[in-house]
Amino acid sequence: MGLTGLFLIFFLVVHASINGCIWFNDGGKTFLYYAHFMGTNFLVHIAEVGLFAGLILHIVDGLLLWKQNRDARPEKYAYSNANANSKWYSRSMGILGTLILFFLIVHLRNFWGPNRLNQISTGEELNLFQLMQEDFSNVWMVLFYVAACFSLFWHLLHGFKSAFQSLGLNNVKYNKAIEIAGTAFAIIVPLVFALMPISFYFGWVK
Amino acid sequence: MSELNSKIPEGPLADKWNNYKEHAKLVNPANKRKLEVIVVGTGLAGAAAAASLAELGYQVKAFCFQDSPRRAHSIAAQGGINAAKNYKNDGDSVFRLFYDTIKGGDFRAREANVYRLATESRNIIDQCVAQGVPFAREYGGLLDNRSFGGSQVSRTFYARGQTGQQLLLGAYGALERQIGLGNVKMYSRHEMVEVVTIEGKARGIIARNLISGELERFFGHAVILASGGYGNVFFLSTNAMGSNVTAAWKAHKKGAYFANPCYTQIHPTCIPVTGDYQSKLTLMSESLRNDGRVWVPKTKEDAKAIREGKKTAVDIKEEDRDYYLERKYPSFGNLCPRDIASRAAKEACDDGRGIVPSGLGVFLDFADAIKRLGVEVVKARYGELFPMYQNITNEDPLKTPMKIYPAVHYVMGGLWVDYELMTTVTGLYCLGEANFSDHGANRLGASALMQGLADGYFVIPYTIGNYLSSEIFTKAIPTDHPAFAEAEKEAKERAEKLIGVKGKKTVDDFHKELGKIMWEYCGMARTAEGLTKARTLIQDLRKEFWSNVNIPGSLDEFNPEFDKAGRVADFIELGELMVIDALNRNESCGGHFRSEYQDAGEAKRDDEKYAYVAAWEHKAVNADPVLHKEELIYENIKLQVRSYK
Amino acid sequence: MKFNLKVWRQKNAKAQGKLVDYTIDNINADMSFLEMVDVLNDNLTRKGEDPIAFDHDCREGICGMCSMYISGRAHGPHHAATTCQLYMRSFKDGDTIYVEPFRAGAFPIVKDLVTDRSAFDRIIAKGGFVSVNTGQAQDANNLPVDKADAEKAMDAAACIGCGACVAACPNSAAMLFVSAKISQLALLPQGGPERNNRAINMVNQMDEEGFGNCTNIGACEAECPKEIKLTNIARMNREYLVASLVNE
Repeated sequence: MGLTGLFLIFFLVVHASINGCIWFNDGGKTFLYYAHFMGTNFLVHIAEVGLFAGLILHIVDGLLLWKQNRDARPEKYAYSNANANSKWYSRSMGILGTLILFFLIVHLRNFWGPNRLNQISTGEELNLFQLMQEDFSNVWMVLFYVAACFSLFWHLLHGFKSAFQSLGLNNVKYNKAIEIAGTAFAIIVPLVFALMPISFYFGWVK
Repeated sequence: MSELNSKIPEGPLADKWNNYKEHAKLVNPANKRKLEVIVVGTGLAGAAAAASLAELGYQVKAFCFQDSPRRAHSIAAQGGINAAKNYKNDGDSVFRLFYDTIKGGDFRAREANVYRLATESRNIIDQCVAQGVPFAREYGGLLDNRSFGGSQVSRTFYARGQTGQQLLLGAYGALERQIGLGNVKMYSRHEMVEVVTIEGKARGIIARNLISGELERFFGHAVILASGGYGNVFFLSTNAMGSNVTAAWKAHKKGAYFANPCYTQIHPTCIPVTGDYQSKLTLMSESLRNDGRVWVPKTKEDAKAIREGKKTAVDIKEEDRDYYLERKYPSFGNLCPRDIASRAAKEACDDGRGIVPSGLGVFLDFADAIKRLGVEVVKARYGELFPMYQNITNEDPLKTPMKIYPAVHYVMGGLWVDYELMTTVTGLYCLGEANFSDHGANRLGASALMQGLADGYFVIPYTIGNYLSSEIFTKAIPTDHPAFAEAEKEAKERAEKLIGVKGKKTVDDFHKELGKIMWEYCGMARTAEGLTKARTLIQDLRKEFWSNVNIPGSLDEFNPEFDKAGRVADFIELGELMVIDALNRNESCGGHFRSEYQDAGEAKRDDEKYAYVAAWEHKAVNADPVLHKEELIYENIKLQVRSYK
Repeated sequence: MKFNLKVWRQKNAKAQGKLVDYTIDNINADMSFLEMVDVLNDNLTRKGEDPIAFDHDCREGICGMCSMYISGRAHGPHHAATTCQLYMRSFKDGDTIYVEPFRAGAFPIVKDLVTDRSAFDRIIAKGGFVSVNTGQAQDANNLPVDKADAEKAMDAAACIGCGACVAACPNSAAMLFVSAKISQLALLPQGGPERNNRAINMVNQMDEEGFGNCTNIGACEAECPKEIKLTNIARMNREYLVASLVNE
C-alpha cells in the first residue's frame, strides 16, 4: 500500500506540474508542448503502463486490506467512540479511495481516453487545452472536480505520512518533518488541481 | 524434637551449595525426556522453573489460573531486585547480603538457604540481562543501582518502577520459548484443586478447567508448587484479586507441613481504605520515605478536626505536628524498616490521632522536600507515583500531603521445605513466596524477586535432579490409576457440597468478615487473648460458610464466584492456622508482634525458646494441628537485638 | 451517583450475546470502575441472578488482565489508564455507560466480558524472547548498552499485553503489541542474533491468528494504557522488510 501510494504520489507531482503550465496563460502553448512530449514519448508510454499497474495494485491491495480488516472483527461494537482516539479520514481511506477512483474513471473518459483513441485512429493528438476549456465551462463538472480534490486532500493527508510509517521510513527525529511535508503536500497538490477547472471556468486562463 | 530433616549439606557455609551441586545425583539427557514435571503457578519462581527444567530436557506441564502466564502477581513488584554484584565498589559481598537478609528477617531464617540465595543473586542479574530485561543503566552503558531499606550498600537493580514486570516478562519469554518448542505444555485458566500422591510420593494433580468447569487429571514424576503468597486471607491486601493459598493448602492437607504461617509483612505506605466497597489496597513505593516525612497532629482535637473536614494539614502549625518516626527513631527516622514504620502508624491511630475519616491514616508530607529541592526535582524523582496517587485519591500530593496507612503486602510463612526445596511430601516441591524458606520473620525490600528467581532458575534445576535420578525407572502412571480417581472424587464432592449450600450470604461477605477478624486480631499487633477469641470466631465463620454461602451458577461453566468460594474456604482454614501459630509464638519478631512481648514498643524476641521454625502438620479440619520444630542453628553469625534507634 | 449500564451478556463462546440494561444507584465517586461492577454483581447475586463475568486481577494497572470497552473506548475515557484505574468520578451522575468486551475475531469471547487473548502468547512463543538457556549468561556488565537505547527498549517493554490496541483498532490489528516486543529486542544488543527470524516468525504468527492489518490510524497509540508509541510499528516494519530481503 505504502509503496504503490508513494509511486502514485510521485505521479501526482508530475501531473500537477505539467498541468500547472496552463497558468503561463499563453493559450496553452507551454502546456501543449509538454503534453505532446508525454503523449508521444516512448519511455513515457512504458511508464504509463507502470502507472496503471501501480494504480491497479493500489486498488487490489486496498480491497484485500479492507476485506481482511473487516473480517478481523466479525462482531462489531454496539457503541464506539472512535473520534476520541483517531481522525475520521484515517479510518475512511477505503471510501475516500473509492470516490477518487470514481472521479478517475470520469476524468480518464474526459481526457486521456478520447486522446488515446484519436491517436490510435488518426495518429494525431487532440488539443487537450481546448478540451479542458470546453469541459470546464460546465459548472457541474467544475464542482465535481473540486469535490474530488477534497477526497484527494483527505486521502493524502493520511496517506502521505502513513506510507512512510508502513515502510518503516520514519524516525523520531524526522517524524515532524514528514508530517509537515505530508500536510503541505496534501493541501498544495489538490489545491493546484482544484484551481485548474476553476481558472478555466472564471476565464482566468484563456 | 527436631525430626524435620532440613538436609543442609556439610561443610563451611560458603562451600555448602557448591558441595551440594558437586555431589548431587544427575539424570542423563535420554532419561530426562522420559520424566514429567508439573509446575503450578507461573510467577517468577514458577515461570523460571518451568523454563529452566524444560531447557534441561524434562517434559513440563505448567499451570496458572489467569488467562496467560504473564499475568502472575510478580508483575506488580515495583522497586527492584537485590544482588551482591558490588558493581558500586561500596564493599558489598555475598556475605553482607546474606547477613542483611538474616538480620532483616529478625534472625528467624535458615543460614544455609539464605547464603545460597545471596550467592545466586549474582547469576540472576546475568541471566536476566542476557534475556533482554531492560534494567536501568548509567551513561557509560553499565548497570545502575539504587539503595533500599535495611542495607548500607547500593545493590538494588531496577527497571524504572516496573522491575517485577520486566523480570517476569523475561521469565515468561523463556517459558513461551519452551512452549513453542513443545517442551512445556501450558494450561492457563486451570486451578489446582488436589495433589495426587501414590505410595507416599507426589505423582500429579487434579486441576479445574476454569472455562469448562471440568476436573482434569495430570501426572508428573514430581510436582512443583510456585503458587505465591496468601496475603488475601486479610481480604484487603496489595495482592492481586486472584492470589490465593489453595494449591499450597491442598498440599498441606495432603501432608506438607505449613511453616511460620503467622509471619505477615505489613507495608507502611499504602493508600488508606476509603469505604466498604473497596476491593484492594494500592502500595505506594517505599522509596517515597526518602523525602516524605510521616506525621500526625500532636493533639486528638486537631486530628478530629481534620477527620471531620474542619481543618486541613496546612492548618496545623509546625510545632503542633508529631513527626513520630523521627522522634522515636532519630538515627533511621522515616527510613526505618517496614514492620517498625507500620506499627508506629498503628500506635498513632490507636491513640486517636489518625487523619482520615475512618481514623486509620497518617500524613506523608513532601512540603519540606519541595521547599528544599523544588517541585520539579521531587516530581522527577518519584515519576509515576504522584500521578498514580492523584488518580486514585483525586488529591495532588504536591499540594497536600499524601495520606497513607499500612496494608498487608507479603507473607514470609509458607509450606515448609528442606534445603532442596522439597516439602514433607516426597516429590512435592515448593518455590517462591509459597514456601517459607529465606526471609525469616520479615522480608527486606527487593528480596522477593531475588528469591523467586533464585529458586526457579538456579536451585530447583539442581535439586530436582537429585530426586528424579531415582525415578528414572518409574514409567508415567496412567491417570486412570485409583489414586487419581480418588483425588478427583474428593475434589468433586467438595465442589458439589460447596455449590449445593445455596445459603444467603455471598462469598465476599465471608471473605470480608474473615479479613476483619484477621486484621483485628492477627494483624499488626496480636495478643493471646485476641488470638484465642479470633480462633473461635474463625471456627464459627467456617461453620456458617459451609451452611450459608450462596454461590450462583453451576459447576459446568465459567464461574468466577465458585472459584472465589473455593479459595475463601481455604483461606478460612488457613486463618485458623495463622492464629494458632501466632498464639504459639510467645515472642515478638519481625512481622509478628505480640503486644505482651515488647520493650516500650520495640519487639522483644525470645531466642532461647523460639529460635525455631514452627512447621504445622494437618490432622483434620476440626482437630488441632501438630507442631514440629526445626531448630535454627546459627554457626556463622551472632544473634542480636535489631535496633534502628 | 446513579448510572444506567448497558452490559454485554453472553453465556458462553457459542451462545448469542446481547446488551442488557442495569441501573445502579448509590455509587461513590471514589470507587473504581471495577468496584462499581463488584457492587452490581453483589446486587445480582443477592437477587439470584448470574453475576457479570469479567477479567481482572492486580487492580493496579500492571497485570493487563482487565479489559472492558467502556462507552465506546478501550479501558474507558481516561488517557493512559487501564479499566481498573478508571474511577467513577470520570462520569457524570445519570450517565448511560456501555460496557462491552474487547472485540476481535482473534479474541473469542469466553463469557460476558471475558475474552481469550491466548493469541498474544502464541505470538510471543514464536520469538518474543532471547534464546538463552539458564546459566549460559556472561557477566551482566560485559555487555554495555547505550542508555538512550535502554530507555527506548524500556518504553516498549512496558506493554502489559492487555489487548487494548487490538480492541481500539478499527481493523483489530495487533501491530502495536507485536512491535513493542520486536522493538524492545531490536534496540538491545542481546536481541541482535535472532532479529531477522524474530521479526518474520512473530509477524507471520500474528497474521495466522487472524488479526487485521495496520493502516496507521493511531487509535492503538491513543488508547494504550502504557503509552506505547507508533514508532515501534515503523521499527517493526523496517525489521520485517530487512528480514524479508536478507533471510534465505
